[in-house]
This record gives sequence, C-alpha cells and structure tokens, in this order.
Amino acid sequence: MNFDFSDDQKQLRDQARKFLAEKCSPKAVRVVLDGKAPYDKELWKGLAEMGFLGVAIPEEFGGAGAGHLELCVIAEEMGRANAPVPFSSTVYLAAEALLIAGSDAQKKKWLPAIAAGEAIGTLALFEGKGNPSPKNVKLTAANGVLNGVKKPVADGAIADLAVVAARTGSGGRENDISLFLVDLKAGGVEVKSLTNLDPTRGQAELTFKDCKAELLGAAGEGWSILTQVLDRAAVLCAFEQVGGSDRALEMGRDYALDRIAFGRQIGSFQAVKHMLADMYVSATLARSNSYYGAWALSTNAAELPEAAAAARISATQAFQHCAKNNIQVHGGMGFTWEFDCHMYYRRANAMALGLGSLSYWEDQLIDRMRKKNAA
Amino acid sequence: MNFDDTPQEAEFRATARAWIGANAPKQYEEELRKSSLGRTVLKNANILEVAKAWQKKKADAGWACLHWPKEYGGRGSSPIERVIWQQEEGPFGQLSRMFIIGHGMCGPTMMAFAREEHKRTYLPPLASGEKVWCQLFSEPAGGSDVAGLRTRAEKDGDDWIINGQKIWTSGAHYSDYGILLTRTDPTVPKHKGLTMFFLDMKSPGVEVRPIKQASGASDFNEVYFTNVRIPDHQRLGEVGDGWNVSLTTLMNERSAIGAAVSTGFPELFEYCSSLMLDDGPAIEDRAVRSKLANWAVKASGLKYTSMRAISALSKGERPGPENSIGKLVAGSMIQDVATYALDLQGAAGVVSGEDAELAGRFQAMLLRAPGTRVEGGTDEIMRNIIAERVLGLPGDIRVDKDVPFNKIPTKGR
Repeated sequence: MNFDFSDDQKQLRDQARKFLAEKCSPKAVRVVLDGKAPYDKELWKGLAEMGFLGVAIPEEFGGAGAGHLELCVIAEEMGRANAPVPFSSTVYLAAEALLIAGSDAQKKKWLPAIAAGEAIGTLALFEGKGNPSPKNVKLTAANGVLNGVKKPVADGAIADLAVVAARTGSGGRENDISLFLVDLKAGGVEVKSLTNLDPTRGQAELTFKDCKAELLGAAGEGWSILTQVLDRAAVLCAFEQVGGSDRALEMGRDYALDRIAFGRQIGSFQAVKHMLADMYVSATLARSNSYYGAWALSTNAAELPEAAAAARISATQAFQHCAKNNIQVHGGMGFTWEFDCHMYYRRANAMALGLGSLSYWEDQLIDRMRKKNAA
Repeated sequence: MNFDDTPQEAEFRATARAWIGANAPKQYEEELRKSSLGRTVLKNANILEVAKAWQKKKADAGWACLHWPKEYGGRGSSPIERVIWQQEEGPFGQLSRMFIIGHGMCGPTMMAFAREEHKRTYLPPLASGEKVWCQLFSEPAGGSDVAGLRTRAEKDGDDWIINGQKIWTSGAHYSDYGILLTRTDPTVPKHKGLTMFFLDMKSPGVEVRPIKQASGASDFNEVYFTNVRIPDHQRLGEVGDGWNVSLTTLMNERSAIGAAVSTGFPELFEYCSSLMLDDGPAIEDRAVRSKLANWAVKASGLKYTSMRAISALSKGERPGPENSIGKLVAGSMIQDVATYALDLQGAAGVVSGEDAELAGRFQAMLLRAPGTRVEGGTDEIMRNIIAERVLGLPGDIRVDKDVPFNKIPTKGR
C-alpha cells in the first residue's frame, strides 16, 4: 500500500511552498485585500513560468502533462499562501471543463493560453441564491446566443473566458442544460464587480445580452459535464482548504507560544491547548479525506463522486474551524485588520460556498453513498 | 498513490487469507460481525473459551503475536504484515480482545525489562493465549495521574511485600499474571519512587472484585493486595525506575496501528437506510442526511488516516503522529451516534435489551460509550498529548513535580 504522494510530488510541493513564500507573502496578499489591484499579476505570471498553471494540462495543449496529483500538492500550497490569484476558477473549473468536454479546436485555442497565464477562465453557474441544480439555471441559450444574468461568478471581472451553464431545453431537468464557452472580451457581456467576503478573490455579476457563445460538449449534456467538473474542483479546492487549515493552525500555535498572559505562555492553558488540539484533529481528518479524493481523481475511479463529496465537506469544516479558532487564540489582536487571521477567515468562509454550500454537499454525499451501496 | 500490496505483501496476504479461510471458527462469524460496542456476545458459546481456542490454533500454526520474535512465541513479522493479518482476520479479530492488554502492553514490557529466562518461560504461553495477562496501573487516587498511585511495595529479604488497591483492571478476573506498578519510596517526588513488577494473579493475598459499571456490565475489576509477596527477580527495571518502565507499556497502548476503531457509523448508516419515520424513509430526511454526512466524513477521515499510517509502515517508515486522533474522535462520536439513533426511535428508544429496536444494539452502545472516552487516556489527556507532542505546546504546570510524594495533599476540601 502506498497511500501517499510520491517523493517527486512532495518535492514539487516543497518547490511550490518556497516559491510562494517568496512571491506571495502576506504583504503581497494585502495589496489585493486593500483593493489596490484586482489580483496579483506578477504572481500569476510567475505561476505560469513555474509551469503550475498547466501542470495537469497535457503537453500537446501547452501544459506540463503531469497530472492531478501534482495539481493537488500545488493547490495545497496555494491555499496555505492564501494566494490572491484566479487559480481555482481558471485551473480547476475552466481548464477541467475544457479537458472533459472541449473539442480539439476549443482545447487548442484556450488551454495553451491558460497554461501560459494569458487567459483567465471561470465557471458561470449560479444565478443568485441557491445551490447547484438544473432548476436554478434560468439563463437561456437559443440560436447560439445567451441571455440572462449570472451571479456570483468567481473572478468574473478579470476573466477572459467563461464556461456558462444555460438552459437549452424547456424544463429544469438535467438534460435541459448545456454548457457554453464565451469569450468575455468579445462583447455581449456586461460585467459588474461585487463586494464579497474575501476581497483577495473577486466576485462579479455577468449580464449576457444576445451574447455569442459556442457549445462546450454535446447539447443536453451540460449537467453531466458540470457534475464531473464540480467533483474534480471539490477535490482540488479541498487541498487549498487543507493548506489553509494547516496555516491557520500554525499561526494559532505560534501565537500561543509567543503570547504571555497571567505570567505564562497562553499555550500552557488547557483551554487553549485543547482548542488547538481540536483544530489539529479537524485538519488531519480533512487531509486524509482529501488524499482519498486525490486518489480517486488521479485514477478516475468509480469512487470519485463519493470521495469528492467527503473531501469537500471535511476540508470545508476544517478550514472554517481552524480559521475561526485561530482568531480566538489571538484574542483581540486577531480581530484587527492588521493581523492576518481575518484573511484566512474570509477565505475559509468564501470557499465554503463557492462550489455549493455544505448542506448541498452533505446531501450529495448521502445520495452517492446510497448509490454505491445499491450497486 | 495506490492501495495495492507490494508483491511480498500480496503473497503474505494470500497465505494468511488461505489459512484463516481453512481454520477460523466460521460458525461464529455472523455474530462477531454484528457485534458492536457494548455488545460482543455469542449466544450458544462462552466467548472466552472460543477466543482461547482460536488463539491457540493460531499459535500452533505460527500466526500468534506476529510482530514478536519467534523465540517468544511470535512470527518475527514486519509491522505491515501484522496489519495485513488484522485486515484478513476481520470479525475474528474480535476474539483477540481479551488478549489486547497482554499482547499489546504486558508482552512488550516483559520483552524490554524481564530476565531472559523469564521471557522464555512466560512469553510463549502469553502469545498462545494459554495464559492471560492484565495490567495493574490505575488506582482510585491515580487515573489520568497514574504517577499518583499509592500501592506500596516494601523490601523484605529477597521478596517485596505489596499492600494497596488497583482499579479498572480489565480482565483481572480471568488473568493468570499481571504487571504491577507500585510505590517503593514515598519520600521522593512521585515519578521517582515507583517500581514495576510482574506477578502471579493467584498469589496469596490477591483479591479480585468485579466493578459493576454504569452500563450494568462488568468488564473491569478492583484488585486488592494484602501482604502479597513478589520475589525480587520478578522486578521489571531498576528500583525507582518504574515510571520509565510504564512509559514503554503505555507507548505500546497508544501505538496500535491499523486496529479498526469503532465509530458506530456503519451501524447507524445501515439503520437509517431501512428506517421509516413518520414522514417517510429516514435516509431521505434532510436533517438525518446532514447528521449522517457529518459522521460519514469523520469515519472516512479516520479510515484514511489509518491508511496513511499503514503506508508509512509499508515503506518501512515510522508513521507520523496523525494516528493519535483516532480514539479522541471515535470515542465521542460513538456516543453521539448512539444518542441520535435513539432519538430517531422516539419514545420507543427508551426500551433496551431484547425487546428493543435491533435487540437494543444502540441502547447498549449508548450505555457503554462513556467508558470509551475515559479508558486508555481520557479525551482531555489525549488532547494534551496532541497539543504537547504534536504541536509542541508547553506541558501543564505540575505543582507536585518536585514535592516528596508523602507531602502532596490528598484531599481538595
């Protein structure tokens, strides 16, 4: 049994950690946090040069042709560094949708540009309140044009390319939904930035008015493709959440060792020690569930839907738990803008919603476990 | 990343599987598979006899205590082979419960500290289950604070005279031998005045009284010592070094890797899958599904944490500290799971025993569960261990550390 990353993959993780420690310090993150830039362009360029953006994209489409396990270890470091770049939208959602369903021409057009850092992509799925469901897709597609409003769209204001879920059938069933590719710079889309919980990752409202679009995958297959994309993204996001959890735990631990109150390190009080121990427990459960998700993703196993949902729930809970209690360990200072704790709190809570909320994934997990048991 | 055996592991697994398939007491398989916390019983057989017979059969064929050296009754297997054996043994592993303390704690302590002739005499029958051992550490005044124990050992010629009381001794009522931690010097600080022995539980002056637990069952005992004589050659380690010896024992207690921890989740999921509530199937109820999902990811998190540790063993590495979370997570989870299973039964949940839903499976679980959060290290001690040994946080301030033991207060008020 070798339920672990290989030495080469671990080396890649170390390389990514070192790179991000240098290029993505909390100070750099704060430039975006404070609204002085929509994302860190320099870092984005650097990630492309390191080959990280295209690590799971095949060589024939301009990527490194490594694989999803390699992408998982990079994702963990992106989460640890709280990187203010459109990595998840572009790499986990847009690129994966293209890899699953794109025609050769579509892949050739977009994937090399994504790997090179020249195109930012996103998924436009949500239309206001609600979780992923064909019923909630109201935006229409007819005669090659889209009409409707998508919000929130992660990184929508800086994206060049959107994968858009649209209704092509008459009802709200799965086979009434199709996916479309939209070049956001070609006109037909109004973009409005939205303030959001996590300013280091933008959210936008996209209004499509007779916007030209091309089918991605077969008509009526949209929901099935989307489900696969969300499962993959759930695993990859889980690694970001695991990285974020570990960082929040470390910050809390370090502060508990440094801070003196009542004449002792606050980390010597059991109330604080036990809180940190519980954070470690959550982070460990999340890591192990995410490893299982990584295995399922990298082998395209039949277990992927269940493993992805479990990783999603576990990692979401862990990151929320660690980020929240990191602030608690810091006391009043943790609630200042100056300390970095709130960046992880914001990111944790924004990530908890991005692919659909916990209650949605809980429901999915039980459905998928039942299906497996029935099979 | 994969879950595959190496060729050697696969070969070992095939050999183990074939032997178990041909030799295990299959007539009990179904009952053992259905057993859960608080309820491991065989209807038509004495489980102790069945367990002893299975252990002896394994030992005769070289399948007992796999990781022990051959000369002491083991197989000299690698840690990963031991894990593979446990996986293959499956429900029959339930029969090893009565030997866990002896094989997991007493044996390794004897191996590290006993004289060679004692090891050769006592270890093989311990491995084969012909002799059962218990561990006599906890006392009424020393639970989490084991080093606060008060049982005295006083030198008398070549013997030691033991007086005092132990508590929470698993299986003392059917044990043949035990390892015993005593105080030999009350005038020095508590950790420094301890000494370890092993003894024959049939020695004159040893009295075993079962404890009736809160659950109503009796898995544990009080053991009283009145002028019990132990020859000095049965001392384990130096006089005054008992604390260090006991750390060897306890380290083994907490390093059991690959042993499945019971969370109650599979039982609950199975239950909810067929249960009808007033509004329809439980498994289609949003509230039920949310609860199940939250426990599902804890159960799978523990499973894959264990897989990571096993992978380290497979590569010949030392597993990381991740495994220390198992007991802490599973203990409170099984309690919550049992509580919820009864909640789903409504007023009928109050009925326990044979007349209850599923013959009282979850009621028995509920009543046994508080013990899991205490035995082998309370939740609070486990959190301290994680905080101190994994996260590097400071140890608790110990006000009695440098005080002679006989000057430490014994009453709060």
